Amino acid sequence: MNNIIQFASKLIKNLTTNTANDVHKFHGGVHPDGHKYESTTRPIAQLPIPETLTLPLRQHVGYIPKLKVKVGDYVLKGEMLAEAEGTVSAAIHAPTSGTITAIEEAVIPHPSGLPDMCVTLTPDGKDQWKPLTPIDWKNTAHSELISSLRTSGIVGLGGATFPTHIKLRKDGSSAIHTLIINAAECEPYITCDDMLMRERADQIIQGVAIAQHLLGAAKVAIGIEDNKPEATHAMTTASQALANACVTTVPTLYPSGDARRLIHLLLGVEVPHHKRATEVGIQVFNVATVLAIYRYFTFGEPSVSRIVTVTGNVASPQNFEVLLGTPMPLLMAAAGGAKPDTTHFVMGGPMMGFDLPSLDVPVTKAANCIIAASPALFAPPPPAQPCIRCTRCADACPVNLQPQELYWFAKSDNFEKARDYNLFDCIECGCCTYVCPSNIPLVQYYRYAKSEIIALDKAQEAADLARERNDFRLARIEREKLERAQKHAERAASAKSNEPKPELAEAEKATSNPDAVEAKKAAIAAAIERAKALKLAAASNNAAKTGSEQPAQDESSAHKTEPSAAEAKPDATTTVANEAQAKTDKKALIAAAIERAKAQKLAAAQNGDAPKNTENLSAKVKAEIDEIEAIRTKAQQMVKNKVPD
Amino acid sequence: MLLTSIYVMLGLALVLGALLGIAALLFKVEGDPLVARIDAILPQTQCGQCGYPGCKPYATAIANGEADINQCPPGGDAGVHALADLLGVEYKPLNAEHGLPKPKSVAFIDEATCIGCTLCIQACPVDAILGAAKHMHTIIASECTGCELCLAPCPVDCISMEPLAETPDNWKWKYPVFPIKALPANSGKVSS
Repeated sequence: MNNIIQFASKLIKNLTTNTANDVHKFHGGVHPDGHKYESTTRPIAQLPIPETLTLPLRQHVGYIPKLKVKVGDYVLKGEMLAEAEGTVSAAIHAPTSGTITAIEEAVIPHPSGLPDMCVTLTPDGKDQWKPLTPIDWKNTAHSELISSLRTSGIVGLGGATFPTHIKLRKDGSSAIHTLIINAAECEPYITCDDMLMRERADQIIQGVAIAQHLLGAAKVAIGIEDNKPEATHAMTTASQALANACVTTVPTLYPSGDARRLIHLLLGVEVPHHKRATEVGIQVFNVATVLAIYRYFTFGEPSVSRIVTVTGNVASPQNFEVLLGTPMPLLMAAAGGAKPDTTHFVMGGPMMGFDLPSLDVPVTKAANCIIAASPALFAPPPPAQPCIRCTRCADACPVNLQPQELYWFAKSDNFEKARDYNLFDCIECGCCTYVCPSNIPLVQYYRYAKSEIIALDKAQEAADLARERNDFRLARIEREKLERAQKHAERAASAKSNEPKPELAEAEKATSNPDAVEAKKAAIAAAIERAKALKLAAASNNAAKTGSEQPAQDESSAHKTEPSAAEAKPDATTTVANEAQAKTDKKALIAAAIERAKAQKLAAAQNGDAPKNTENLSAKVKAEIDEIEAIRTKAQQMVKNKVPD
Repeated sequence: MLLTSIYVMLGLALVLGALLGIAALLFKVEGDPLVARIDAILPQTQCGQCGYPGCKPYATAIANGEADINQCPPGGDAGVHALADLLGVEYKPLNAEHGLPKPKSVAFIDEATCIGCTLCIQACPVDAILGAAKHMHTIIASECTGCELCLAPCPVDCISMEPLAETPDNWKWKYPVFPIKALPANSGKVSS
């Protein structure tokens, strides 16, 4: 750990002293066709306010936020619709002023194509902001800034949508020494960050200053792929306003925009696979995210819009600044419409994105790029052939995994083995699928295995919880049984102590004493005495019963006589005889107990019907007993009446 | 010479025997580790479909060789495979006598019909039903194992089993399959 930090700090020193082009290449990677030019010929355009906005509650990683509005509410632009709930969560705000017209399930841009809860807002066209309160971030306490950021709804806009306030808080585990700004944008077709840097580099740098202040980072490194010279120029010029910031161009190699790959490129640090970058003192932010941070602190604007690249098989590919919740068909129309041979639409890039279930979904915080796909652009993959173990995938894997092994394990549902081979380090970048000469959709297998393993883990967790709860329930039932038995014993003891026995008179007095503890003690003492007496009686009974239990005794004596007759094997027969003796003893005991009980019953019958321990009870209980007795006598009479029939 | 070696062997046997005896006392394992390992495989629905009053008793019965490994429908085929692997016995298909695997469901109480008799609360093996006498009961869905033990005791039949719906939260990526394209009926005549 310390070694790594020392290594990192040494490299950072190198970074600031050396020229900006000193990068540390990572393993693997591929060079897909960029297709960036098409959408960078026009500036970012503003899209007009659409007729309706649909805002899914699930727009970020983590917990679903809690709704704060209801149907019919009028909201101003920037008003909070749902607030962050739980640690990892982000708020949702109204992208424009208008009325909430529906809160219902609608299809969201998610690979599952399943519907989820969405808020529908009908704009009034005024686009009126709520009163905004800029924050003086230089003179405000860190914790206040973070809790304020929690209400901003800002999430990672590079596509991961991880709530930003969590990345900026100080949890005391380790200090951040380097802030990395991810402007690599390595995925083909996507140009939203490129255009943003070209047009708003100054604002981005001011956002970087805020993020640096919040993290307390000493250094800032901005990594841009060398296929964006305009953006690099703009950022280099703007970054001069910031001390300790350094713009580095990294070679165009997919996936250099992955956070860990970029850290490796810029600092030469390999973040251990089971650790987060923050644990080695590095934090990574996307350019669009720091711009959102800047706009929130400087103008008080929450996250209500984002830049989306619309490209592929459209008439005029372009970047648009759109309100969140804008229907995607509107976006397509703004880009000149999809050409007739369009087969489907891809959200995200061609490498890591997913096919949209339909175009009728809204723009969310994760939507960085919408590609109209046609067979000419994305030829349907030829049928997959068997794996020939060429290990080209292993050569291309930027995470140094063994994709061919993972493929075998995932294909044969050998999930434990896949986990052992660090399946969960796979970033699903698609390099392996890209280079596979057998056209095997490797990433699909990894996604399948990952979601199966996650589901199995969840099931195991649920099973463990169920086991725990079942064990607790059984223990509770046992405990309650014991408590009940104890209560019964106590009640019986206190009732018996009411019997007019001379030696227990004192105990009785004690029970009537208001001091409950004393009473209990006395009752227990009495119970012990009674138990002793019973034992004595049992002993004397044992002595007496030998005569009374003739048949049983006969049997045992018969057994006993056997060994004396057959003295050749005494050992075996004596044990048999002993067992028989034990049996008869038990039988005798049971018989004696039955006899005692019978005698007691007889005595009770002679004394009267009422049980003996009902003298000291409350009137209510007595009434209940009387009632039960009445029912019992009635039943007895009925039986008697029936018998003659 | 012979005697010496016998003495040496005897001495060794005594010392090692004593050591083993001490170790057996010192490192005594409480409970049956096999039962715990079998219990870890079982799905803990506590449904009793196996014929035993819960997963632990069934695990004990398997460990004692009293029960077969294919009596747990909620565990499914995967569960039988795991048990077969653990015990080193042959896999056998699920015994249909004990029921068939069903999709994971949770109980749902029709709260308008519930009379508050608490019978289901007593039947629930994981205390996943909340309620009091003469008050409406409700299922804590996250704790419900879907054992269906609450269905039978309900005097007004207000409990039903609802299969868990697929949401973006629990949705899983599917195993890659390649669509087989239907060719026109006369395609067989076309020579390639």
